[in-house]
Amino acid sequence: MLIRRKQPGDCAHVQPSEITPEGVYLNRRLLLQAALAAGATGLGAAAWPTASQAKVSDLSFKRNQRFSTTQTPNSYEDITTYNNFYEFGTGKGDPVANSGRFQPEPWTVTISGEAEVKGKFALEDILKPHALEERVYRMRCVEAWSMVIPWVGVPLAEVVKRCKPTSKAKYVAFKTVLRPAEMPGQRYPVLEWPYVEGLRMDEAMHPLALLAVGLYGKSLPNQNGAPLRLVTPWKYGFKGIKSIVEIRFTEREPPTSWNIAAPHEYGFYANVNPQVDHPRWSQARERHIGAGLFNSRVPTQMFNGYEKEIGDLYRGMDLRKNF
Amino acid sequence: MPSTIVVRRYLKPPLFLLCLLPFLWVAVRVFEIGGTSLGANPVEAVQDTFGQWGLRLLVITLAMTPLRDWFNAPWLIQLRRMLGLFGFFYVLLHFLTWLLLDQGLYWPGILVDIGKRPFITIGFAALLMLIPLAVTSTNGMMRRLGKRWKSLHRLVYVIVPLGVWHYYWQVKADVREPLIYLTIVVVLLGWRLWKRMPARNTAGWAAARDRIKQ
Repeated sequence: MLIRRKQPGDCAHVQPSEITPEGVYLNRRLLLQAALAAGATGLGAAAWPTASQAKVSDLSFKRNQRFSTTQTPNSYEDITTYNNFYEFGTGKGDPVANSGRFQPEPWTVTISGEAEVKGKFALEDILKPHALEERVYRMRCVEAWSMVIPWVGVPLAEVVKRCKPTSKAKYVAFKTVLRPAEMPGQRYPVLEWPYVEGLRMDEAMHPLALLAVGLYGKSLPNQNGAPLRLVTPWKYGFKGIKSIVEIRFTEREPPTSWNIAAPHEYGFYANVNPQVDHPRWSQARERHIGAGLFNSRVPTQMFNGYEKEIGDLYRGMDLRKNF
Repeated sequence: MPSTIVVRRYLKPPLFLLCLLPFLWVAVRVFEIGGTSLGANPVEAVQDTFGQWGLRLLVITLAMTPLRDWFNAPWLIQLRRMLGLFGFFYVLLHFLTWLLLDQGLYWPGILVDIGKRPFITIGFAALLMLIPLAVTSTNGMMRRLGKRWKSLHRLVYVIVPLGVWHYYWQVKADVREPLIYLTIVVVLLGWRLWKRMPARNTAGWAAARDRIKQ
């Protein structure tokens, strides 16, 4: 199946994973996870809640056409089995294999810092006033691969507005939950835990910035950052902080995890830019997930193809220095 | 201790098949036999499998001499050539996967990467250095080169550390695995140095003992 090149005439856009009935591949994954769990901890362990997919629920939403690409989304299987979520391990398959014990419900988010509305809020209360929208975004990882993902969420700007940030609020900082008992990757200091990220206020207020709660019409699986994650499609994927527990408004540029780990390799902005290479590898071209074994890389677009929408944000900035 | 014939007849064929398993495992997943697959990023899966096994087999090749010393098992040396050649085979496949499938023979990108990306530069250098070793691995070449054969094949002491370095530099943050390789290589090369130290030299020891006796 992989060897055959897609011909213009055949049903090129239908991927095998889309033909497979969902129940079938979910079941297959359940079995796999049970097998993995049993293998890891001995027999009897299969009883623990390993299948994060089983917990996802349907969402009601409206497609936002204006901000959606017409490109074909990657399969649900690809999006939920090939992840960077170091809290569950550094391998691409680790998040799906190791996130079964993670409990995204109930969930509270702390709003703090330079804002009028502060405190701890249940996730439902944060989301309640907003209508969920589906947005099909491109996602470009700093490792030079990319996907197309149909997210469901609310514009970050709307949530920020409701917090009534003060005039001192120049940045928005985000923090991931710290739960080493449920997140095995947090037991090793591969990065400084908890993961932190941040945006400049105008970036956070940009209509493209999304607080996602779902994908493919269902709530986020654990491995994709349940129950609440950031999506900034013009930036490298690592800016999209997952399992957010705190949103803090700050006057100064907040620290960000990958920048702390390797300041010369990962900047605060992390805008997708084919002209500014990672010190160790080229960012000029990317491998599109789902392209198969015999399709090579494609050129990376400035701001991941969102230049028209967000180009003004960085006018006059030296993007080589502010990488 | 197994005789040369036993090694040749009963140890080498199974070892050959064993060394071929990573290749077969990739082939099985390429053709999705038995519900297997290469996952969301097949090119990466193929490239990583070949690279990992290339490095592993070269490290195992490097382990033959110390293992022979530690376990008094001279027959292990008879397996060394096959292990080294399989190491080269996987390193070459790793490179070809990058060249053909990852880069798709996009020469501007390939040449810039080899020249400008240090981890690719050192990986490529290691591959180039492996070629003369593979070419001179035949019995005829060993005879023809005589003493120079051994000097030439000491290149492997440079190649394997370069391979580990190539891996270490490619990793984003989790350097635990490259460091495991590094530790093993340090032990394997360190043992050779330790053996050559004058104090360990048996002739030296004997001379010293004689002096004490007098």
